[in-house]
Amino acid sequence: MTALPDPPPARRLGLVIDLDTCVGCQACVVACKEWNGGGHPGPLADLEPYGSRPAGTWLNRVHGFEVGEGAAGRTVYFPRSCLHCENALCVTVCPTGASFKRAEDGIVLVDEAKCIGCGLCAWACPYGARELDPASGVMKKCTLCVDRIGDERLPAEDRVPACVAACPARARHFGDLGDPESAVARLVAERGGVELLAELGYRPTNRYLPPRPGRRLAADGDRLEDAPAEGGFLGWLDRLLGD
Amino acid sequence: MRPAPSLLLFTTLSGAGYGLLAVWALLGLAAVLPAEPRAGLVGLGPALVAIAAGLFASRFHLARPERAWRAFTQWRTSWLSREAVAAVATFAPALALAAGWSLESRIPAAAALLAAAGAALTVLCTGQIYATLVPIPRWHQPLTTPVFLALALASGLVLAFALAAASGLDPGLPGLLALAVLPLVWGLKVLWWRLGDRAPPRVTAAAAIGVPDRGPARPIEPAHTAGSWLLDETGFRVARRHAAKLRRLALLFGGASPWSLVAVGLATGGGARIVCGLAAVLSLALGLAIERWLFFAEAKHTAAVWYGERAV
Ligand code: SF4
Ligand code: SF4
Repeated sequence: MTALPDPPPARRLGLVIDLDTCVGCQACVVACKEWNGGGHPGPLADLEPYGSRPAGTWLNRVHGFEVGEGAAGRTVYFPRSCLHCENALCVTVCPTGASFKRAEDGIVLVDEAKCIGCGLCAWACPYGARELDPASGVMKKCTLCVDRIGDERLPAEDRVPACVAACPARARHFGDLGDPESAVARLVAERGGVELLAELGYRPTNRYLPPRPGRRLAADGDRLEDAPAEGGFLGWLDRLLGD
Repeated sequence: MRPAPSLLLFTTLSGAGYGLLAVWALLGLAAVLPAEPRAGLVGLGPALVAIAAGLFASRFHLARPERAWRAFTQWRTSWLSREAVAAVATFAPALALAAGWSLESRIPAAAALLAAAGAALTVLCTGQIYATLVPIPRWHQPLTTPVFLALALASGLVLAFALAAASGLDPGLPGLLALAVLPLVWGLKVLWWRLGDRAPPRVTAAAAIGVPDRGPARPIEPAHTAGSWLLDETGFRVARRHAAKLRRLALLFGGASPWSLVAVGLATGGGARIVCGLAAVLSLALGLAIERWLFFAEAKHTAAVWYGERAV
């Protein structure tokens, strides 16, 4: 049923992504493809992988941007995947009941056996988080690795989404954002986590931690001292190289 | 947004079909058309064929059409599902009307009213599918659904004029109504275009990467160099000057030319009127094809801001 759970789930599993530490290495992208290509939403298509026009389905994409000017400018890597919105229009527009939001933890999923591949849910997602798989003809999206996070057979530290486990910069955190005492919720409170495009009204669960102020700015006052003009080895070097 | 041929065909054909169904049913109900078998069939026949052809075309938009029946289940939340239900449900009164009219030479009032209401409801659902899509600002405006309804009505009237003229029925009323309605319909469409052009962007690239307040964001490393379904679907661009030219062509072929042809047809008679009616229909079809192509091609999805669009 494509009605959203009412009342909204109290448990809100999601990701907190640190834009300050993400280095854009794409490890989460590859780990996601690797795990999910064989897991719950798999396989994920790869068309012409060695051809001239490769294309395929990925559930997570990392974009590289530059923001600000001059000394205040910096690079921001932005990992983009489903934010498991509370007000998920992608779910309510679905004509078949294939898209749904789990009442127990708020994870938004696609029942692939019901999907007719109309693509409307992808149009309804402002974050571009859904891709229609060209091989299987059904909609694919981030599942928060439902087949990992609840698997008791895995060691506890592995019961996190594949992207979180893979991130070498520890820029990705997983947890219950509905619980104000959880580690992720505290992180969001501490760092002023951003609700992405809040003005669109989707109430995403995932949060992005903004980049910290540039360190170059803070250090602006104490540049390296000029070498003394006379005396010592540096003075001699200065005279040698000067003029 | 990519103008998929299946969606262009579906929305224009079924829109015209439902428009004609509603117009013909109401003209019958008002006794403008005679309760004779032939008079029923010449209008309801083409209407049902256009509707069925449109619905058939919509199948090609589905990647898994064999499961299409599932689209009838979620009418409680989904406009697409409501459209599917309304489209099929409308066949019941439409066929009852066609049967009464052509087999028993009577026009069942309830069936005529329900067929007209079902037709309007189906087109309303089509409009709502687009109008409720928040990520596509050009579609997400209050006039989107009225425009769909208005264009369906205009197509229905022009078709009714042409069919009545061709089959020796009195095309006076549908013709006059077409003359009255066409300018209003395209006026509404022009307003819709203007509102879409003027709406300030809601999403900037900087906001979309979570840093809204540090100046503009410039893409430096694309997330992928290979293609993706999402990019094909939402990355469609049309140059502004081409769009402006195409808008004028849509107005010419969809508005001015059918209006003049209907006017000339009304003033003349016999063979000339039939030719005018046919030409008006063909011209309108071309105009609507351009209009619908633009409807998709000009619409931008917020996802484009991660792929180089500065703001949507
Ligand atoms: S991010 Fe997109 S796909 Fe995910 S829940 Fe929100 S609207 Fe749906
Ligand atoms: S593509 Fe599948 S999941 Fe998405 S709206 Fe259509 S039927 Fe539902």
